Amino acid sequence: MNIVSNLISSYNYYIIIFLMISGLFIVVARGNMMKKLVGLALFQTSVYILYISPGKILNGTAPILRDDFTIYSSPFPHVLILTAIVVGIATLSLGLALVIRINEEFGTIEEDKLFEEEL
Amino acid sequence: MTEHLPAIQVMIPIVGSLLIMLIRNNTLNWLIGVLSCLSVVFCSITLYSKVAISGAISYAMGGWEPPVGIEYRIDELNALFIVMISLASCIIILYAKNSLNNEIRANKISVFYSMYLLCLAGLIGILSTGDAFNAFVFLEISSLATYIMISIGQDKRALVAAYQYLIMGTIGATLYVIGVGLIFVITGSLNLVDIASRINDIELMRPLYASLAFITVGIALKIALFPLHAWLPNAYAYSPSVGTAFLASTATKVAIYLLLKYLYLVFGYNIIYSNPLFMIVIIALSLAAMFGASIIAIFQSNIKKLFAYSSVAQIGYITLGLGIANYNGLIGSTVHIINHSIIKAAIFLAIGCVVYKTKETSIKKLAGLGRTMPLIATCLTISSISLIGVPGTVGFISKWYLVLGAIEQGWWLVVISLAISSLLALIYVGRVIELIWFHEPEKNIIVIKEKLPKEMVIITIILTLATIYFGIDIRLTADLAKVAVENVLLAGDIL
Amino acid sequence: MRLDLLIRISAKIFIPFIMVFAFYVQFHGDYGPGGGFQAGVIFAASIILYTIIFGSKKAQKDFPAIVFHSMIPIGVIIFSGTGLLSVFNGYNFLDYDALSHYPKHGQHIGIIAIEIGVFVTVIGAMVSIFYAFVSRGSK
Repeated sequence: MNIVSNLISSYNYYIIIFLMISGLFIVVARGNMMKKLVGLALFQTSVYILYISPGKILNGTAPILRDDFTIYSSPFPHVLILTAIVVGIATLSLGLALVIRINEEFGTIEEDKLFEEEL
Repeated sequence: MTEHLPAIQVMIPIVGSLLIMLIRNNTLNWLIGVLSCLSVVFCSITLYSKVAISGAISYAMGGWEPPVGIEYRIDELNALFIVMISLASCIIILYAKNSLNNEIRANKISVFYSMYLLCLAGLIGILSTGDAFNAFVFLEISSLATYIMISIGQDKRALVAAYQYLIMGTIGATLYVIGVGLIFVITGSLNLVDIASRINDIELMRPLYASLAFITVGIALKIALFPLHAWLPNAYAYSPSVGTAFLASTATKVAIYLLLKYLYLVFGYNIIYSNPLFMIVIIALSLAAMFGASIIAIFQSNIKKLFAYSSVAQIGYITLGLGIANYNGLIGSTVHIINHSIIKAAIFLAIGCVVYKTKETSIKKLAGLGRTMPLIATCLTISSISLIGVPGTVGFISKWYLVLGAIEQGWWLVVISLAISSLLALIYVGRVIELIWFHEPEKNIIVIKEKLPKEMVIITIILTLATIYFGIDIRLTADLAKVAVENVLLAGDIL
Repeated sequence: MRLDLLIRISAKIFIPFIMVFAFYVQFHGDYGPGGGFQAGVIFAASIILYTIIFGSKKAQKDFPAIVFHSMIPIGVIIFSGTGLLSVFNGYNFLDYDALSHYPKHGQHIGIIAIEIGVFVTVIGAMVSIFYAFVSRGSK
């Protein structure tokens, strides 16, 4: 029973770990540069959830000060993750720009073919 | 005004980079770059002298007192590194003008200067911030700027190198953030000093170890510790020479500082030594870097790649000092961060001069350099020799401290490994030196007939002289490192 | 003209409202949910919608790319200028108390100023990224 209750009570961490591993797996296993970027985005997004999910407090409201509520969820992780999202956007768009340039120069975005061409 | 220097020295390069983005005139932009770098040097030296007199400075961003707000914390150690980074960037940007005009397209030069300053701002930010998440943001700012600097390189393979670095670097930064997230969940704080004071009271060790592992691996990707170094050789080889010199002398060093800070100031001795395996892994990886990368370097046919692999090996020396972790070992690390930065700047700027004339980085183009470009050949020889650690050069000083540290620990195997890996360095450096002095030059090797610009030659010579000068006079390197290690790294704990 | 009359007319009706909504989110942001980042993205979305419907050539004629390119640094200059203003008034970097005689007013002014900086930069960055990819495709 202990294992089951543990599974249910911390299900968010299992989801995060699943997303994280699948993102990292796509980055490692796929040769297509575009798919790698998709995996990278998935990997980063899982970290956003890792930050936000502990911030939620059961029965807590949005952190806006009012007299009739006393329990608030922590707003702090959201602030951090807003920054991380911006960083993620910058990374992703730079990555996409690089992929487009690579496609223009080499005519392919498959890593196997690129490495055949000598690197 | 001087109490605001921690914020101002980060803001100067950012504002400079913004101005460069707005103004699209290459000469004017170079001037803005030089002025910003010079003012950062001025700020950092003022700050160092202030810290040396009065001890660590804490600066509350936005007036929010730590641990709630973001704190900038300058102590003897990171003030020293900020001085080093700003001096290196200043010297390299003085050199940059003609080299960039020659190597990259005219419409990309403004972008390069802009990213150069942004990267500098990010690096100084990582060094000076006392907040774990803020360090991540600055890490990403400097990395994004670095990817762009690499992709600007003339060779089309630069794009693939930048892409690979982007993937690896982002994975590294994300792993670092996961680690920080775990710490945040456990301790409820992001301020490094605050975390350090709370971390010893934590009873649940497993998430703590997990976060230590995530942070170490994440930063190890950024510093290109041996098995995670795959991005580095291509990135160094295909970026513009100025970019290579800048990256080699600053970017990885700052990441090493971050690792140093986390291991010794945040987690502290109690935790990293509670499991002896951790340090053994770091030492093993350092030794693997010293041997593996040196052996790979011997077989390289691209001169920039050769010295890039040598960088990986030298990073092994620095992390070895972290692993030895006694007084002399830490001094060895700190000094080698500074010394290796000087050496690699000298080497890559000398290679930049060669590339300026020959337009290629193949190692064959070095044949007979002693006759075609004797001055640059001498510089390259001297700075390569100091890479081996010959007495009288900077490389010797840092290796001396590392050997002392290893002997104190009684690790004779490490001492012997240090000697053997120096021999390996002798082989790859010897190959370069033999080509330079004892081979006939190929015909038509010089593509550009006109003379090398004066400032490029002068700066290369100055840096080469620095590799000798700091090998003899250690007041500015080793003695300051001693102060830093005594006051910062070993302040609380007794080994 | 192609037979996408309905889409063009409805876009012409919607785009001004999207822009106004962006400003609502912007100025609501200092005491409620919202702020420069969201507002910037909404505003950029209106221009992206315009580009999708009327084609990149016409869009880049009506909203020149150079404007958005220079908006990126200008926004950050507004942000860092606010911070440096505090330093010149003797307070810490980005301490908004410095911006008015009453600290509370200072906080309001400071938030609005940096949110405008964020707004400008985000519009510039988003539209620049979009233009960069769109103009690549048409070659």
